[in-house]
Amino acid sequence: MQDAKNLKEYRKEIRESLDNDFLRTAMDNFAVAYRGSRANAFKDMDEKALIRDIAEAKDAAASRLDELFAKFKEEAEKRGAVVHLAKDAKEANEIIGRIAMDENCKTIVKSKSMTAEETLLNHHLEDDLNLKVVETDLGEWIIQMRKEGPSHMVMPAIHLSRHQVSDLFSDVTGQKQGDDVQALVKVARRELRQEFVDADMGISGGNFAIAETGSIGLVTNEGNARLVTTLPRVHVALMGLDKLTPKLHDALRVLKALPRNATGQAITSYVTWITGSNECAAAEDDRKKVHFVFLDNGRRALAKDPVFSQVHRCVRCGACANVCPVYRMVGGHKMGHIYIGAIGLILTYFYHGTEKAKNLVQNCINCGACKEICAGGIDLPGLIKDIQARILEEEGHPMYSSFLAKMMKNRKLFHKFLRIAKTAQKPMKGKDGFMRHLPMIFMPDHDFRALPTVAEVPFRDMWAKVQPAKVANPKYKVALFSGCVQDFVYPEQSVATVESMRNKDVNLEFPMDQSCCGLPLQMMGEVTAAREVAIQNMEAFEGTDCDYILTMCASCASHLKHNYMKMLGQDPKYATRVKAFADKVIDYSSFMNDVLGVEKEDFLDSAGDAVTYHAPCHLCRGLDVKSAPRELMVKAGLDYKESAEEEVCCGFGGTYSVKFPKISEQLLTKKVNNAKESGAKVLLTDCPGCVMQIRGGAKKQGTDLEVKHIAEYMAERRK
Amino acid sequence: MTAKAESVKLFTDKAELVSAVVTEISSLDEAYKYTMDLCGKKEACKMLISGCEQNLSNTAEQLCATKTGKTIVAPALAKKEAAALEKQCEENGFTLIKDSVRNHLGGIDIAFTRVDHGIAETGSLVLNCPNEELRLATMISEVHVAVLPKSKLVDNSYELESWMEGNMMKGDYTAFITGASRTADIERVLAIGVHGPLELHILLLED
Repeated sequence: MQDAKNLKEYRKEIRESLDNDFLRTAMDNFAVAYRGSRANAFKDMDEKALIRDIAEAKDAAASRLDELFAKFKEEAEKRGAVVHLAKDAKEANEIIGRIAMDENCKTIVKSKSMTAEETLLNHHLEDDLNLKVVETDLGEWIIQMRKEGPSHMVMPAIHLSRHQVSDLFSDVTGQKQGDDVQALVKVARRELRQEFVDADMGISGGNFAIAETGSIGLVTNEGNARLVTTLPRVHVALMGLDKLTPKLHDALRVLKALPRNATGQAITSYVTWITGSNECAAAEDDRKKVHFVFLDNGRRALAKDPVFSQVHRCVRCGACANVCPVYRMVGGHKMGHIYIGAIGLILTYFYHGTEKAKNLVQNCINCGACKEICAGGIDLPGLIKDIQARILEEEGHPMYSSFLAKMMKNRKLFHKFLRIAKTAQKPMKGKDGFMRHLPMIFMPDHDFRALPTVAEVPFRDMWAKVQPAKVANPKYKVALFSGCVQDFVYPEQSVATVESMRNKDVNLEFPMDQSCCGLPLQMMGEVTAAREVAIQNMEAFEGTDCDYILTMCASCASHLKHNYMKMLGQDPKYATRVKAFADKVIDYSSFMNDVLGVEKEDFLDSAGDAVTYHAPCHLCRGLDVKSAPRELMVKAGLDYKESAEEEVCCGFGGTYSVKFPKISEQLLTKKVNNAKESGAKVLLTDCPGCVMQIRGGAKKQGTDLEVKHIAEYMAERRK
Repeated sequence: MTAKAESVKLFTDKAELVSAVVTEISSLDEAYKYTMDLCGKKEACKMLISGCEQNLSNTAEQLCATKTGKTIVAPALAKKEAAALEKQCEENGFTLIKDSVRNHLGGIDIAFTRVDHGIAETGSLVLNCPNEELRLATMISEVHVAVLPKSKLVDNSYELESWMEGNMMKGDYTAFITGASRTADIERVLAIGVHGPLELHILLLED
């Protein structure tokens, strides 16, 4: 659970997690294994179509929650169950406590329910009502005895070693236990079997609630949900209203994605479908008392929210955590309050409030890995940013953030600041293009990468000199969007772009009124300023006669293409214009490879260097560009050697790396090590931010790995 | 390959991927014999180490004492089938439990059942079990032997929708069972049989 009072405390907690070697190794192994098993589980399916269908069906269900609830209640009660609706956590717990009292239940067995974690049900039953509650999912039982919350939605005890479990079991049984996992599982089987025998009440969650028949569906591997819902004379299922779905078909459809996405299984060992009050020999009249408790806790309001209602598409598979590079390092206790991972950051805000969410929600590096695999197709990183913006509105903007917003929305002021920085940095400037010692000397955590200096001459001042002569009837009319980093820090990358397409029947333009794309503002949650900057840029390019807006920065490209539409697309004043703008945006590699169609013959015949590649998050996922840069490298005669985890974030994340330097540092170290292990001497990438991060990390580590923008090599290898 | 043969092959492959043992049989008598052999080979509560041999707390230890001799449970069989199975059990010295499965929570060696359907896509069995004895039998036994008539095999779960909905309209408890009970909760090490059966044997009956 998240208890940090402020960002400083939260950073300290994170550092403790980063120092936990067991956690780090376990998470690393899992992250790598998961990727393979998930891919295998989906290999014969149209995964994207399935995800689209689920999203559509879940959206439709969310829009009629009240109706589905009424139908479910009617149908379930026809078949002997009792259905309750709780407005919040407290009410849900009280309803369940009252059922236990009325039915004279003393002992309770539970099968895993995230909703019960959300309401802290066990606290109420144990502390207020003095009942005995035993979790029967192995992982849940373990963390219950350790008085911890789950650290993963599907594998709640993934943070613990077998030795810790062995010690725990030794205490519980009063007998010395060994370290063999199989034996420990057998001990649990026996110890928990006894608990099933004794229990008066069983509490489960519910993965599906089917309105048409008043049925619930439970997805488990261990089989404990079947015992929990069969042996005791009373069964209570606690579920969020978001589990309501019209028909069995909807549930069967989600079932195709849920286990595949959660653990890479085609299906779990058991899926249990329960309708009404079934036979139960332990009950007075051989009929079980069945109660279905639905929890609102903000869900109905959420369902009506035009932006956030898509949160209800979540099927609780936990995949967003499985692929999150941040979760992988810090674990669930630091990456969520009760719900963990990307969805956890969002749900914490809605179910547990601003206070619990405000630090957590900043801990998203916006790499988009979660969005790509989400079973419900939820725009998780986008929503996390939106929540950050909401919290800024609620709590007030911090000074640095307001200052940057004010400065960046005024292009002239911003560029003036960058020019002043060039002069101001002189005393710190080394001969190698890096800062000798950082102006951030007071922030030692930031010393993990060397930082570049601002260039002597920005690209905009070179443009008049480097621009190619105009072609009369060009095949392609292209306007360059340099972004601030390529304009003021790495103008050579922009120059290389121009050089790489010289004599290619391209007319190039560089609109001077362009400014920073605005992504840093959005990352900080400064939405108003981000929007203003977007309008300025759109207008700067509307003055040109171009077919393509080419940017050599993956982050800018994805921001211009997708987020501008999000920010302005709903506004009738800008809708058509922003669409026309966004449609023209293209990244460097796609333009060179797919549009311009450069070929092997365009490059030198000599053998090129051994290179490896880093796929920028906003290119490979943000724009879904995967093959173009790799094909370019091969065409240019380079000896491309694939690195491990090429598509995992380098840890830059713009302002993220300033806010969470320790996490950024770890990601960077891994990135540099993987590149070195590929055997390549040079790493190429498609984003100046990634160049800055990886080049700075390689320098700090003292390795001779060269880091370049792919355009630089394309220009160099040109015939 | 015929469509049916393809389904059988896919079902078998998928079930075996999750450690189920699949055998094709041509009569119920073969199924009884298979079960007798399996039970004979199985050391009661030992070979499968379902937990009794571990260092247990006193209360959990007591539950182990409730199990004596080799036991097979077969609820919900037709009278004639139950009689045939009972005869074989007697010949082999096994106890056949027909009801009150709740009194045997310490464990039963084998549950023998007929299941309603199989789903080829995932290698799953589908068991309609509003009958509590049948439901419990497939949970607390150490080995589950399930007879699945080949004619009851479907390609995917969608094909069972109307059948399931029909049951649900009446009030229902249905289980999809795929492989043995499993967990990976400790260090992600796959361990079999945490709460349910440690082995699943599927007998595909030609019909």
